[in-house]
Amino acid sequence: MSGFWQVADFLVSVVADFRPLAPGVAGSFRDRLSSLLLFEHYNTRVVVLGAMLLGLASGLVGCFTLLRRRALVGDALSHATLPGVGLAFLLAPLAGYDGGNRLVLLAGAAVSGTAGALAILFIRSLPRLKEDAALGIVLSVFFGAGVALLTVVQQSSAGRAAGLDRYIFGQAASMTADDARLIAVTAALAALLIACNFRSLTLLCFDEGYAAAQGYSIPLLDLLLMFLVVLITMIGLQAVGLILMIALLVIPAAAARFWTNRLWVMLLISGLIGGLSGFLGAMLSAVFADLPSGAVIVLTCSLLFFLSLLLGRERGVLVRSLRRRELSAAIDREHLLRGIWELRESAVEFSGSVVERRAAGFEELLSLRSWSIGRLRAQIRRASAEGLVWLNSEGAIELTRRGVMEAERLVHHHRLWELYLITHADVAASRVDREADAIEHVLEPELIARLEQLLLQRQRSGEIPASPHEMGGFQSQVGSVASPEGRQS
Amino acid sequence: MSDQTLPLSIQDLTVAWHRRPVIWDVEFDVSPGRLVGIVGPNGAGKSTLLKAVMDLVPKASGRVEIFGRPWRESRQRVGYVPQRESVDWDFPVSVLDVVTMGLYGRIGWFGRVRRVHREAARRALEQVGIGELADRQISQLSGGQQQRTFLARALVQEADLYLMDEPFAAVDAATEQAIVGILRSMRAAGRTAVVIHHDLHTVPDYFDSVVLLNMRVVAEGPTHEVFTRENLERTYGGRLTLLEEATEALRRREQRL
Repeated sequence: MSGFWQVADFLVSVVADFRPLAPGVAGSFRDRLSSLLLFEHYNTRVVVLGAMLLGLASGLVGCFTLLRRRALVGDALSHATLPGVGLAFLLAPLAGYDGGNRLVLLAGAAVSGTAGALAILFIRSLPRLKEDAALGIVLSVFFGAGVALLTVVQQSSAGRAAGLDRYIFGQAASMTADDARLIAVTAALAALLIACNFRSLTLLCFDEGYAAAQGYSIPLLDLLLMFLVVLITMIGLQAVGLILMIALLVIPAAAARFWTNRLWVMLLISGLIGGLSGFLGAMLSAVFADLPSGAVIVLTCSLLFFLSLLLGRERGVLVRSLRRRELSAAIDREHLLRGIWELRESAVEFSGSVVERRAAGFEELLSLRSWSIGRLRAQIRRASAEGLVWLNSEGAIELTRRGVMEAERLVHHHRLWELYLITHADVAASRVDREADAIEHVLEPELIARLEQLLLQRQRSGEIPASPHEMGGFQSQVGSVASPEGRQS
Repeated sequence: MSDQTLPLSIQDLTVAWHRRPVIWDVEFDVSPGRLVGIVGPNGAGKSTLLKAVMDLVPKASGRVEIFGRPWRESRQRVGYVPQRESVDWDFPVSVLDVVTMGLYGRIGWFGRVRRVHREAARRALEQVGIGELADRQISQLSGGQQQRTFLARALVQEADLYLMDEPFAAVDAATEQAIVGILRSMRAAGRTAVVIHHDLHTVPDYFDSVVLLNMRVVAEGPTHEVFTRENLERTYGGRLTLLEEATEALRRREQRL
């Protein structure tokens, strides 16, 4: 354990040379890190917990805005909260409240965010104006008004003291226990609203038309979704700031999509990624106190997104490229087996004798297709490891018993598909081999059964039909005699 | 199940998109236990007609009654099959999830999806012939399977009137036969279906009555009487230019307002 701390201390001292650690904090880094990890400081505990809950809640809400293809609604609405903050500060004294009171400011943010949501719905309902225009208008008009109001507020000394401009970029360190409590309550409210409306929101995002036909009110559901966004933005203003709020609303949900194809799992993962970003981001900005919390949280979030993009179990880049490689290996394997089988088939027809053994020379196989020497070698190695082929004493590649069975199955499918293409899809016989090649690897069993039914009603099922076109390799005249005309029914 | 009141009665229906008329003065009745095809060229307002019946688009004028009542009061008796292309088939739900959506109305806001619901959904999937795909993710479905999923979602509702928007569009022959079989067994059970259809060849075979629509009803009635070459020419032919020009002029004027 102590080794780890030495390494950590060393690393940090290296980092510290480039980036001075937070000033005014006594003790070695090890002390500070352990005190952080043990949450010895009440304030750190509050900030980290608050940021985590915020990330979790925005991960949940973000799933639905993403699936509704309205991800940017979050951006417009978070900008729309700013004038509310300014107005609340200016108007609160008239109602007898303290304008610096955070609850008052955040209530103002929620009110103007909701006004922004209604404005989006209204503009969208106008003829010839689409969603993007509505978002652009609401974002810029509200944000512009907010900036103007903030300038007015900053001119008074009380206004400067209130530090309203921190809502633009966020400052997690200024979070108090009351703020964290507000975040917890609001996050719980958002989660409850989602749980109660899970089915309606799913239907809204998946099939708006059907939802409406079932009697759901689409504008009302859209308003609910936007209200959820406003709630999350309201509690996110402090830690992340309105400019970067969109990141927490979009990135966790987008990252979760790489991991799963189930909606509720996506919600869980998105909440987890959001929560983890909040947690790690707040920790990092507590260790390096001069890093802005909002930016660190968003960067952490982006890192998790990048990891998901690479490693995601359902649609990650890695999984997809593995699947592609598996498929192309399977295709090579099918080509190899079928190649050996067909070479022997034409040999049999040519000499008229029955040859039980199914073997082919390397050169023969190589000339069959455009595969490289290395690729063919690798494929032969793989196939022999699978027990489908073996190298016989003459150095030829020979099918094993299992290999013969597998090859016969493949040739059967291939010929069926060729026949189908010729008799039912009017593909020229000379081109049919290539076309069949491209498609047959994705044939499913039920499709094969239907092909058989279609083409081989008078034949014994499972019997391998002759090739409808001239075979490569051995220039057998016999092979091409079995022309498609003979099979047309 | 059969009802003495008309499953669907449309009077004087006009729909306008942002004041641009899409369908004019549409008027027809559908009697119970019939399969009705709605046929017409692209842009004739077929989908709009179905949507107007369900109040999904605002009506400029007219009245629609479903089993003698407005849609809002009898929507539980209406099963809707939207166009397959209208949704994102990459959405993270399973086939069974989609079919269960047909039961949301019955389950209610606070109810839970229970085993009875899931079993009903599975039965509906068996009925359309893709019972084994229940747990697949919907992005893995072929076009025909997607259409069957939508059909199962409507079936599970056990509605009395079905409104289907091009269920036969771009599906394989097997799916087409399966859908026809389901439509016929619906009819045998006294249910009614109004189906938007594109393939003119199969109209006489599939439908008892037909509504020929091109912005207005060109002709409607029993298929063997109405589905004539002359009526089809009037529906698809160029004689509509005057109406189209008038609509276009109206739209231009509205745009300036």
